[in-house]
Amino acid sequence: MTTLTDPPKGAFRLSMLLNDTRYRSFTFQGIALVLLIVAVAYLANNLMTNLRELGLNISYEFLGSPAGYDINQTLIDYDSQSSNLRAAFVGILNTLLVAFLACITATFFGVIAGVLRLSNNWLVRKLMAVYVEIFRNIPVLIWIIIIFTVLTAVLPGARSYLGEDPEKDLLFGYFALTNRGIYAPAPIWNAGSGVVVAVFIASIIGVFGYRRYATNLLYSTGKLLPMGWPTLALLIVPTVLAFFIMGQPIGLDAPDPLANRFNLRGGIQIGAPLIALWFALSIYTGAFIAENVRAGIQAVSKGQTEAAAALGLRPRRIMNLVVLPQALRVIIPPLISNYLNITKNTSLAIAVGYADITATLGGITLNQTGRAIECVLLLMLFYLVISLGISALMNVYNNAMKMKER
Amino acid sequence: MKKTVFLGALTVAGLAAGVAAAGTLDDVKARGKLNCGVTTGLVGFAAPDANGEWNGFDVAVCRAVAAAVLGDPTAVEFVPTTGKTRFTALASGEIDMLARNTTWTFSRDVDLKFTFTGVNYYDGQGFLAPKALGVSSAKELDGATVCIQTGTTTELNLADFFRANNISYQPVPIETNAEAIQQYTAGACDVYTTDASGLAASRATFEAPGDHVLLPEIVSKEPLGPLVRHGDDEWADTVRWTLNALITAEELGVTSANIGEMSAAAGNNPEINRLLGTEGNLGEMLGLPADWAAKAIMASGNYGEIFEKNIGESTPIGLARGLNAQWTNGGLLYSPPFR
Amino acid sequence: MSDTHSESVAFVRDTFIPEQPAPSSATGVVKWLQDNLFPTWLNGLLTVVSIFVIYKLLASTMPWMLNGLWNTESLAACREVLDGTTGACFSVITERWNQLLFGFKYPQEEYWRPLLAFGLMFVALAPVLFFDLPRKLLIVTALFPFAAYWLIWGGAIYTPLLALAGFVVGYFVYAAFVKGSFATGFFGGIAAALVVWIIGGMLIPEGANDTAMLKAVPSRDLGGFMLNMMLGLTCVSLSVPLGIALALGRQSDLPLIKIICVVFIEFVRGVPLITLLFVANVMLAYFFPPGSGVDLFLRVVIMITMFSAAYIAEVIRGGLAALPKGQYEAADSLGLDYPQAMRLIILPQALKISIPGIVNVAVGLFKDTTLVSVISMFDLVGMIRGPILASTDWNGVYWELFMFASVLFFVVCYGISQYSQWLERRLATDHR
Repeated sequence: MTTLTDPPKGAFRLSMLLNDTRYRSFTFQGIALVLLIVAVAYLANNLMTNLRELGLNISYEFLGSPAGYDINQTLIDYDSQSSNLRAAFVGILNTLLVAFLACITATFFGVIAGVLRLSNNWLVRKLMAVYVEIFRNIPVLIWIIIIFTVLTAVLPGARSYLGEDPEKDLLFGYFALTNRGIYAPAPIWNAGSGVVVAVFIASIIGVFGYRRYATNLLYSTGKLLPMGWPTLALLIVPTVLAFFIMGQPIGLDAPDPLANRFNLRGGIQIGAPLIALWFALSIYTGAFIAENVRAGIQAVSKGQTEAAAALGLRPRRIMNLVVLPQALRVIIPPLISNYLNITKNTSLAIAVGYADITATLGGITLNQTGRAIECVLLLMLFYLVISLGISALMNVYNNAMKMKER
Repeated sequence: MKKTVFLGALTVAGLAAGVAAAGTLDDVKARGKLNCGVTTGLVGFAAPDANGEWNGFDVAVCRAVAAAVLGDPTAVEFVPTTGKTRFTALASGEIDMLARNTTWTFSRDVDLKFTFTGVNYYDGQGFLAPKALGVSSAKELDGATVCIQTGTTTELNLADFFRANNISYQPVPIETNAEAIQQYTAGACDVYTTDASGLAASRATFEAPGDHVLLPEIVSKEPLGPLVRHGDDEWADTVRWTLNALITAEELGVTSANIGEMSAAAGNNPEINRLLGTEGNLGEMLGLPADWAAKAIMASGNYGEIFEKNIGESTPIGLARGLNAQWTNGGLLYSPPFR
Repeated sequence: MSDTHSESVAFVRDTFIPEQPAPSSATGVVKWLQDNLFPTWLNGLLTVVSIFVIYKLLASTMPWMLNGLWNTESLAACREVLDGTTGACFSVITERWNQLLFGFKYPQEEYWRPLLAFGLMFVALAPVLFFDLPRKLLIVTALFPFAAYWLIWGGAIYTPLLALAGFVVGYFVYAAFVKGSFATGFFGGIAAALVVWIIGGMLIPEGANDTAMLKAVPSRDLGGFMLNMMLGLTCVSLSVPLGIALALGRQSDLPLIKIICVVFIEFVRGVPLITLLFVANVMLAYFFPPGSGVDLFLRVVIMITMFSAAYIAEVIRGGLAALPKGQYEAADSLGLDYPQAMRLIILPQALKISIPGIVNVAVGLFKDTTLVSVISMFDLVGMIRGPILASTDWNGVYWELFMFASVLFFVVCYGISQYSQWLERRLATDHR
C-alpha cells in the first residue's frame, strides 16, 4: 500500500485491527483460523462421541486379515485367503487398467468424431452431431447399464462355443465373443522368445533413431527422406526374421472349447463387465473430446492455413506442421480434465460388477467388515492421489507445450 | 425440540428429525413412528407394490413391532438400505431396527456391536441352475461362472465352499437381484447363488420357472433376523419379544381370526392369557400396554400366517416351511415361554 | 471496321441466345447431393457407410418400437400377446409412469403440487436465464424456493414463511448498513436473520404439521425424476454463491484463506462424486451431534453442493482471470475498497463470462444426480433398478425403462445446452 503521507505514528490500538488495512488482514485470517479450528474440533468431537457411545473404534487392522472373497479378474495373484489390503490392490490395478484403456479409446473416438464433425459431407457431419449430442446429454450411469445389458442380450452365451459339435465356431479359430466376455489366445513364451522381444524393442528404438536422423537431415540439408515405409519395415522385418530364426518360440494358447463344460479354458478372458465399462466410458467421454477437438481445430485461424499454403506446403504438411501444433494447445487442457473424469467415472464399475477399487475396498470389504469410515477414507485418498498425480503430470506436459513467448 | 425447530428453519426444512440418544423405545413413542430398515426390494421379503405400500415377510415384523409399541401397524417409516448402508444406518440412529435378511454372525454381533433379537427365517445359501445344464450337484460346478448378489455373506460362503471342495469358479458380483437375474437368464453366468429363499423368490418371476432347478447343496447357515444397536437392552427386549410373541401365537393357535375373541377376556390357557395381556403384567414389564402382543399379532397375523401370506406355498414364491416350522412340527422355531 | 471480323471469323452472332437453365448437375438436388454427399470418392464411401449404419439401426429398432404394446398388465401378458414376435412392452411406462416421475411413495392425490412447482420453476428461472425480461420478475425467483419447498414437502406454511422472513429481515439490515461498511452489513444481515429464525422457531406451535393445509410429505417419500430435478436445481443454486466465495478466496491475498479454499477445491475435485455420496450415506451421520438424525436427502444435498461448488469455483476463477487487469486497477484508482470493487466492478463482469461454464457444470451435475441410486435413494434410475425391476410383474423389462429415462434426461440436458450455446452467442460481444 503506497500512500503519500506517512502512516500515522503512534501506539498500536486495538481498533486498528478492524480499521487499519495493514492489520485487518490479520484479523480476517485469525477469524478464519478460529472458525476452521472450531469446525474441525466440533466434527471430530461429534465423531468421537458417536463412536464411543456405540462402542466402536477406528482401526485399520482389517486390512491385514483375509478378505475371504474371490475376484473374477485380477492382474496380480490373489485368492480368497489373501488380505483385504491385497484385494484393495487388485482393485487399484483394475481401476488403473480400465482408466488407461478408456483414455486411449476415448481419445480415438473423440478425435475421429471431432474431425468428422468438420467434414464437408453433410450426412457424416449430421451423424456425428447426433452421436455427440446423444452421448453427452444422457448420464454415463445409464450408458454403462445400457451397454452392459446390450452385451449380455446380444452376444451368445459361452455354452454355444462348447462341446464336440458347438453351435458356433471360434472366430479365426482363436476368438470367442460371448456375453461373459471375449476369449482370446494368450501368447506362450518358450525358450528363445526373449531374443525376439529384444529384437522388437531394438527395432522400436531404431525407428525413433531413423526418424530423428531424417528430421535432422531435413533441417540441415533440406533433403527429404521417406518416412512411412521404412518405419513399417524397420518395425516388422527384423522381428519376423528373429521369430523364424529362433524356431518360432512364441506360440498361441487358444481358448479350448473342450476342457470344461461351463467355460472355454485357456487363453485370456476379458470379462464383459470390463468391456462394458471400458466401451461406455470411452464412447461417452469420446463425445466430449470430439467437441474439444472440433473447438481446437476451429480455433486455428484461417489465415494460418492460408499462409502455410502460400508458402507452398502441401495439405498434409499444413495439417501436421501448422494446424495441429496450434490446435493441440487448445485441445490438451480440456483433454486432461476429460482423462480425470474417466478415472473418476471408473468408480461406476459398481453398476456392472467390475472389481475396481470401489467394488473391492469400497464394496465387498466394506460390506464384510462393516468398517465404513476407514474404507471410505482410504477410497477417497486413493482417488485423490491418482487425480493429483495425473494433473501434475499433465501440467508438466502442458507447460512444455505452451507457446514460448519471446 | 427448540433446537430441532431452529435447525429446521435454518436448513429451510423441517428435515432434521430429532432422535435423542437416550432410549430407543422412548424415542419411538415420542416420535410416533418406527423407522425400520428393509431391503431396496426383494419380492416376498420387502418390496413396495404398485401403490407404494411395502409388503413382505420382513415388513410384517416391522409392522408387528410398530403395533406393539405404538398400537398402530401403519406407523412405520420404511427406510430402504443396501448391503453397504444398512449397518451405518442402524449404528447412526437413522433407523431403530433393521429387518433386512441380515445374517446373524459372530463378527456382526461382537465387532460391529449389534444385538440380534432372534431369528425370523432360517435360510441357507443355495444355487440356481438351468435344467439344460444337466448339473445335479454344486460339486460339479468346477470352472463355472457364478453370479452372486453382493452385500451379504454370500461371497464368503461361496469362496469357502469352492475352496473346501478344491474346485475353481469365476465370480460375477452383481449389486441388485434384478440385474443378477438378468445376467443369469441371458446365460452370462451358469449358476446364480444367494439365499435359497431369494432364489425361490426370483425363480417365481422367470418366464419358465420349470426350466430351472435349485441344487440340493445348501452351503451355509443363514439365520436371518431383526437386529438393533448394542447397549439398549430395553429396546432389544421389545423387538425380541414381539418376534417371540408372533412365534408363540402360532404355537398356541392364536390367529388373526380368533384373536379378537381371545383377547377380549381371559380364557382357560394361562399362557395365552399372559401373552395377550388378559392375565399378569408382562406388557408393563416391557413398558408397553397390556395388549401389546395382541396388537402385534393383529397387525398381520401370527408367524405362520405371515409366512403363508408372503412367501408360503400358496404364493408365487412357494417356500415350504422346512426349518422354519414350529419345533413341535420338526422345525427350529422355539420361542422361550411367556412367563 | 466490321469487315475485318467478317474476314477473320466465319460467323458472328448478332443476337443474344435465350437464357438457359443451369445444367442439372450444377443445381438443385443433384448439385446438393454432389457437394454434400459425394464430393470425392472417399467421401462417397463414407456416405454409403453412414447410410448403411442408419439403415441397420432403424431396421433393428423400428419393428420393436412400432410393434410395442401400451396396455398390458405385466411382462408375462406382453409376451403372451406378442407371441414370439418382436415388440416393446411399453405398458410398464403406462402403468408405472407415476412412480418413474414421482417415486413410489409420493401420495397420488398430491401430484399436482410438484407439477405446480415445476411450472413455477420456469417462471422463476426465466428472468435469470433471459436478461431481456422485466427485472420485476426476479421477485418471483426470490419467492420460488420457499413456495416450491412448501408445495413439495407440504406441512405447516410457517416453516417456509419463517425462513423467508429471516431472509427479508436480513436483507433489510444488510441494505441499511452496507453503505457504511460491507462487513457490517453482511454480518449484521446474517445475525438479524438468525435472530428471526431462532425467535420464530420458538413461536411455531408444536404439531403445526398435522393441521397443515398441505399434507406433509417426508423427504424419504420423494423419488423418481422429480428427485433428480430437485437435487439438480437445489444443489446448483446453492453452489453458485458458495462457488463465488471459494473462487474469491482462492484469488485472495490472505494466505490462510487461500490455502483453505485451494485445499477444499482440489480435494473435492480429486475424488469421484460417488465417494462423496458414500460419505453422505455411511460417514456423515457420525459427524453430526449424537441424536440429531439428519435426513438422507439433506446429507446428499450437502455433499452434492460441495461437489458442484468446487467446480463452479474453478469456472468463476477462470472468469476472474479473464478480466483485464485494468478493471482491477480502475476499481482501485476510484478508491473502492475490496467488497465494493468486487460487488460493483469485478463480479458482474466475471460472472457474465462464466455463465456458459456454470451452465455446463449444471448439466453435468444434473446427470450425476443419477448416482444417488447407488446409495439406495429411489431417483429415476433407482426406481428402475430397484422397485420396478424387482417386482414380479416387470422383472425383465430393461430397454423400455432405460429408453424412457434416457429420453427424459436428453430432453432436459439438450435443452439446457442449447440455451447455453444461445447465451454464448449473445455474450460474444467481440467481433472476430
